Amino acid sequence: MSLLQLDNLSVTFGQFKAVDNISYKVEEGEVLGIVGESGSGKSVSSLSIMGLIDFPGKIEADTLSFDGQNLLSMPEKQRRKLTGSEIAMIFQDPMTSLNPCFTVGYQIIEALKTHQGGSKKELTKRAIELLMQVGIPAPETRLAAYPHQLSGGMSQRVMIAIAIACNPRLLIADEPTTALDVTIQAQIIDLLIELQRKKKMGLVLITHDLALVAEVAHRVIVMYAGQIVESGPAAEVFSTPQHPYTQALLKSLPESSVGQSRLDALSGVVPGVYDRPMGCLLSPRCPYATDHCRSVEPSTQGTLERQVKCHTPLDYEGRPTA
Amino acid sequence: MSNTNDEIILKGSDLKQHYVVKQGLFKDDALVKAVDGVSFQLERGKTLAVVGESGCGKSTLGRMLTMIEIPTSGALDYKGQNLLTLTKSEQMTLRQRIQIIFQNPYGSLNPRKKIGDILEEPLVINTKLSKAERKQKALDIMSKVGLKTEHYDRYPHMFSGGQRQRIAIARGLMLDPNVIVADEPVSALDVSVQAQVLNLMMDLQEEFGLSYVFISHDLSVVEHIADEVMVMYLGKVVEQGPKENIFQNPKHPYTLALMSSTPQLSPEKRRRRIKLQGELPSPLNPPSGCAFHGRCSFANDRCKTETPQLRQDDQQLIACHAVEENRMHLEEA
Repeated sequence: MSLLQLDNLSVTFGQFKAVDNISYKVEEGEVLGIVGESGSGKSVSSLSIMGLIDFPGKIEADTLSFDGQNLLSMPEKQRRKLTGSEIAMIFQDPMTSLNPCFTVGYQIIEALKTHQGGSKKELTKRAIELLMQVGIPAPETRLAAYPHQLSGGMSQRVMIAIAIACNPRLLIADEPTTALDVTIQAQIIDLLIELQRKKKMGLVLITHDLALVAEVAHRVIVMYAGQIVESGPAAEVFSTPQHPYTQALLKSLPESSVGQSRLDALSGVVPGVYDRPMGCLLSPRCPYATDHCRSVEPSTQGTLERQVKCHTPLDYEGRPTA
Repeated sequence: MSNTNDEIILKGSDLKQHYVVKQGLFKDDALVKAVDGVSFQLERGKTLAVVGESGCGKSTLGRMLTMIEIPTSGALDYKGQNLLTLTKSEQMTLRQRIQIIFQNPYGSLNPRKKIGDILEEPLVINTKLSKAERKQKALDIMSKVGLKTEHYDRYPHMFSGGQRQRIAIARGLMLDPNVIVADEPVSALDVSVQAQVLNLMMDLQEEFGLSYVFISHDLSVVEHIADEVMVMYLGKVVEQGPKENIFQNPKHPYTLALMSSTPQLSPEKRRRRIKLQGELPSPLNPPSGCAFHGRCSFANDRCKTETPQLRQDDQQLIACHAVEENRMHLEEA
């Protein structure tokens, strides 16, 4: 049984489908990377797993289950017990996601107290342990620090400490390093992967940095305008992409155009609420689009292990199959 | 390289920007050396990239070059004229030749002004063109950066991030500058849009013979666009030289660490990570000697006490005792 399983999950805001029928699963001890441009629904899909979509957002799914338990049908009380302890999340901007009014110690202990309880002494001891685990020097003194006294990297470490406080089995990291410098990013990613291995957690790493996902993820999902356009083992997706969008993303990276004067840019932008095209959502930007693509939406082909949503998936040489 | 291209258009020598920071009533004022002795030469049609972590002084350098801030000391020559000793009116004409593009296109465009007004504002201030001439000029530049005529009457919120950055670039071009300081112009954009904007910048460079000072923290972008690279750490230049040398043969431990921290797509290009401990020290209380010694695995006693000076080493300039004494031995696998 998979740790997390999604079948045809959709999140709608009024008429707008922010997430459109996506299916994937996460196994225990697996690192799943979700990549895509902004507006592709990466964050919304993970927020819906955490139950953090407020009215007017609506979540629909055939299955949304964590460890066999259906998250959508269980009582609210039970679900709240699960999120925060068994499923935890790290948000993008550490500077704004910590509460500026409370000390770091208070915020870590808050998570522990809600889910595990214990005496004040035990909780403090556990909080110090956690800070030590995430590599914060002199943790005893740091408990009394307020978020504004910490740097970006340190705040993100505190966020990680809060997230792993209750030994979650699934950790969702939503752009955990986007706001940080590369050297700090390397430290934080190393820390996350080390914790993931040690605790055998499932890790969902949401990012727009393709190279980062290529380095650490086992499997990868490429999202575009709320849909999964391609998924599969990371090495395979990056070496032989089957969807034109994945190919275009990889090509637009500067490292793919070494020795050329210009980059292979993908023209246009992700469609928004009002400019959704007919048929395949990529068709206005896709170099291989045919009239068929512009009128009929492609279905998702392949198994959950290797999905591609395209009428003419690319072959090994990166050319569309007729 | 033809001789006409060799003209040095902007030259900084020993530029410094120090800020006095009050620390409260009973404490002495502290001095933050945001930029501490930076020298460079920028040729016509070339790109100088400035790289480093946040807080290393790269944006302050950009602000000094455009004279948004006046340097504490040093000299800044534009085509041989020292910009810092000129009179106000002379400065005003020369400042038109150096323009800046800011990082965040969501914050740098006035939300209450139409694109036409944003683009024409520099002309209103600096030229005596008539209204019709200004509009013509704005429309010309808009077509150059890939904006449509109908965008002239729209407001910034109606545009996507990539389009906004095109508007910001267009605004920078309005006064026919020779130098453009681009302060992280693509870091707020998605990869596909980032590639579009970078291509546009390179096209414009060719067409107008622009020189860029390209401030960025993204090494893969820098590797693509730069001719010269300058790596900064805590207000000082640690390594400087032609792009090929810096990227193929990086020598300073900090440059090495930066490169190995950057994620790589292809497994062959991944370097063994040089782990950097800790974070950038506070500029209020910089370490003695080499500012990098606290995070450097090659540091010895000399590094802790003596500040290394920039020295010529092959093609590049390096400020490091370890490189000078040749005691860097990477245990290569």
